[in-house]
Amino acid sequence: MARINPEPKERLLATEGYAELDAYIDGLHLEPEAPRRKDTLIQALHRAQIIFGYLPDEVQLHIANRFYIPHAEVSGVVGFYNFFTTEPKGQYQVSVCMGTACYVLGADKVLQEFERLLGIRSGEISDNGKFSLDSLRCVGACGLAPVVTINDRVYGKVKPDAVEGIVEHYLVEEAQEA
Amino acid sequence: MTKTSVIIDGRAVTVDEGATILEAAKTINVRVPTLCHLHLEDLQMVNQVASCRLCVVEVAGRKPLLPACATPVAEGMEVRTNSKRVLAARRAVLELLLSDHPTDCLICVKSTNCELQKLAHDFAIDRERFRWEVNDYPEDTGSRALKRDPNKCIMCRRCETMCSEIQTVGVLTANGRGFEAIVGPAGMKPVLDTNCTFCGQCVTVCPTGALTGVSYVQDVWEALFDTSKTVVVQVAPAIRAAIGEEFGMAPGTAIPGRLAAGLRRLGFDAVFDTTFGADLTIMEESREIVERLHDQHHLPLLTSCCPGWINFLEFQFPDLRDIASTCKSPQQMVGTIAKTYYAERIGKRAEDIVMVAVMPCLAKKYEAARPEHTDSGVPDVDYVITTRELSKMLKEAGIDLRYIEDESFDNPLGESTGAGVIFGATGGVLEAALRTVYEQVNERELEDVNFTAVRGMQGVKEAEIRLNGKVVRVAAASGLGNARKLLTKIEKGESTYDVIEIMACPGGCINGGGQPYSQERAERIQARIEALYAVDKGQAVRKSHENPSVQRLYEEFLGEPGSEKAHKLLHTVYFRR
Ligand code: SF4
Ligand code: SF4
Ligand code: SF4
Ligand code: FES
Repeated sequence: MARINPEPKERLLATEGYAELDAYIDGLHLEPEAPRRKDTLIQALHRAQIIFGYLPDEVQLHIANRFYIPHAEVSGVVGFYNFFTTEPKGQYQVSVCMGTACYVLGADKVLQEFERLLGIRSGEISDNGKFSLDSLRCVGACGLAPVVTINDRVYGKVKPDAVEGIVEHYLVEEAQEA
Repeated sequence: MTKTSVIIDGRAVTVDEGATILEAAKTINVRVPTLCHLHLEDLQMVNQVASCRLCVVEVAGRKPLLPACATPVAEGMEVRTNSKRVLAARRAVLELLLSDHPTDCLICVKSTNCELQKLAHDFAIDRERFRWEVNDYPEDTGSRALKRDPNKCIMCRRCETMCSEIQTVGVLTANGRGFEAIVGPAGMKPVLDTNCTFCGQCVTVCPTGALTGVSYVQDVWEALFDTSKTVVVQVAPAIRAAIGEEFGMAPGTAIPGRLAAGLRRLGFDAVFDTTFGADLTIMEESREIVERLHDQHHLPLLTSCCPGWINFLEFQFPDLRDIASTCKSPQQMVGTIAKTYYAERIGKRAEDIVMVAVMPCLAKKYEAARPEHTDSGVPDVDYVITTRELSKMLKEAGIDLRYIEDESFDNPLGESTGAGVIFGATGGVLEAALRTVYEQVNERELEDVNFTAVRGMQGVKEAEIRLNGKVVRVAAASGLGNARKLLTKIEKGESTYDVIEIMACPGGCINGGGQPYSQERAERIQARIEALYAVDKGQAVRKSHENPSVQRLYEEFLGEPGSEKAHKLLHTVYFRR
């Protein structure tokens, strides 16, 4: 068989995860020469993200090899859909909108305050895996600028001095659940 | 075929059903500007992402402007290609494209060949209406062959179509979204960490300076001015049929004599010809062919002159490594012989010689840098520059190839035959090998040296020849997608060929990633190919084994083809990558 992709340099994620993913892909009955439908690929990626939480290179490469397609094709699909992420995300995903309206009203200060309080930079995840932080292009809620979303929740007109309260809220919620 | 009639700018046009507005406009010489669109008829490659929107036109009864490159004509359609609304929209599109593009034209290698620059020029853009931040991705030059400058990518995705559909390598894809989006390897990895073969075909279609080659011009200048070094140069067959274009000569003008003269004026101590290495390759390879045919093992033999193809083999079909010829490419043979045999003759050590190779190719840059190519004790080839790079050096030094007298190459490594010259076109290596193998096996003179069945632009060509009463089946493939088809057959045991020539670039080296850029590429490639066959035809010696300098090299230095010494110096090994 032709080898389509370079060998993965290393594999860090759990073998059980790969076993689960492989079982799923086996069920798709892919054939090397049959044209693949994009939706099966998207489903497999979706499944992989449920298993691993995110889609790093090693997982993409694994799926590419199982689908007999170049890594670039998989990566193109991952990059196209906002839903997929190549970075691990925290239990609470904090996103600060950096669209023009939010930016003008001080979104950068808000982001800085999150960075200071959580001790991570935008694009990173906290050591305990609780929080991840990033910035977004316009989310389309300009009337509420500056906007922050945390998982499904939207916070509007956020001022830097409100950030501490928001973070505390999640820490308390966490403590109550425990 | 059913016809469709439409009206473009008030003129009636009848075209085949399904044609695009762009194609229809072209038939009446109405030029609609395009950028992302690319249709290479010779390869049947169409890049029709319709993403740039530069080609928009107004269609009566349709509210939005429509992209001419992707909108099929419909009966009775009325199209306006230059109304006020259309021109304003195109200008806005172009201004937005320029708004996050680096304003680097003065220091960009693609300047004067860049399609974006040309559009800005044609639209008389003389100020910036918008300015966004330019992306800040690092350049990728780590492969020593292919250079990516992602900040100049305009997301046309032509390279991706070329790499995925024609070459079937699939290295490139879209990364990121919005203004940050660019095309590159998955996850923005350096190309060196991918399966890239460095064929450079993506470079030939990129409209901007986002994809080019890594340049060694400055290193070559330094070597030329270093008096402690003997600096020698070799030029590949395909250069002579293309470099004239850079000096405004008609495509298809072959100028080996002027090229040799120009190189000498640049200050090279000796001017050699890679065709000498081509003849040497044929000496070694035809021996391999005869042996393998005799023993009926390791067939089909796959030629090994093209390093882009060899990269493809090592990456994607590593299990077929052992049927590839072990011959080094002509470039590496000339390098090794220059730093051993020639060095001895002029009383120098290998380390005192700098070998520069002028190639139509980016993969040869990568090849020269491979650690195994050091049989002379030092790198056998020091620097590889492309046709484009050489033309710039000549221009910098004020040497105009239009006004220079023919000179000859330096012996011994400058003596060539017609067989060596046709290496530059797809099928040429095979034809050269057949000329020699035929005479060696049948022990009689070949009456007609022209094997026209293996010439020309088709992706795969095949022929049969009788050797010693037995029929031998041969094929030549160019373009890696075509190579993949043959290799897949071999893997399945369905191939019936005995010898297969493979070139990574469609059409062969004549269309390599280092050749002069061209907008009307199909005609140019054809003209360059014809020029090479014309040189072959005009040559007194047309068979590799009759090259007197090659014969002397074996007598004085190598012994027989396939001897132990020949093996040590002229053959190589392949790896699983
Ligand atoms: S050099 Fe060839 S293999 Fe590499 S990315 Fe370009 S087209 Fe693909
Ligand atoms: S690298 Fe060049 S060819 Fe590829 S998408 Fe960007 S601009 Fe187009
Ligand atoms: S066909 Fe010629 S130019 Fe193209 S990669 Fe091969 S050797 Fe280089
Ligand atoms: S050329 Fe038609 S959309 Fe780009």
